[in-house]
Amino acid sequence: MTPIEELPLWAEILVSLFLLLGSGVTLIGCTGLVRFKTFYERIHAPTLGSTLGTFAILTASMLYFSITEARFVLHELLIGAFVTITTPVTFLLLVQATVYRDRFEGTDPLAGLGPEKPTVKTPPEPS
Amino acid sequence: MSGVILGASLLVAKIFLTLAMTAATYRVLYGPRAQDRVLGMDTLYVNAMLLLLVFGIGSGSQVYFELSLIIALLGFMATVAMAKFLMRGEVIE
Repeated sequence: MTPIEELPLWAEILVSLFLLLGSGVTLIGCTGLVRFKTFYERIHAPTLGSTLGTFAILTASMLYFSITEARFVLHELLIGAFVTITTPVTFLLLVQATVYRDRFEGTDPLAGLGPEKPTVKTPPEPS
Repeated sequence: MSGVILGASLLVAKIFLTLAMTAATYRVLYGPRAQDRVLGMDTLYVNAMLLLLVFGIGSGSQVYFELSLIIALLGFMATVAMAKFLMRGEVIE
């Protein structure tokens, strides 16, 4: 009933390898999302899942459907292109908003001001 | 015998992605600030998209592909809107 039975052995092993690679890399990235301390470290971790994890699982899906349907099924590349384009844009906007908020509150860790010693930002001197 | 390897790795992949979604949900619920919650939501929809692709491989149906494409599109819009809201305090200027 399920088309899983129709695959030859080499294709099955190949699809399984790509599936395990993609899901494992995504899990490692989300573990980093939990364990890192500051936001600027945390934003690096889930990009593992949105680059290598996505492409490994998309490759597994393309291989599986191309072999079971005996033709090239490549429309998963659409998701790959879309995620590749949009993830840097969203994270760039998010980091911009975070830097803006941190500077507004005077707790910018990029300027050496931790949240443990906030300093009130003084307005510039009139000249 | 055929299908056992792929079935087992499909199960392991689903478990891994569900654990990843749990980690992202932890960051959404307990994130110390608003941008952590937005980052958790972004990670959550990417993981949901991957989980739907894995479901699609398991069931051999093409419907899941379209679902994951829609999630990728709408999640991008949601994250951009929330980042704009954090930046300016309003979405539409």
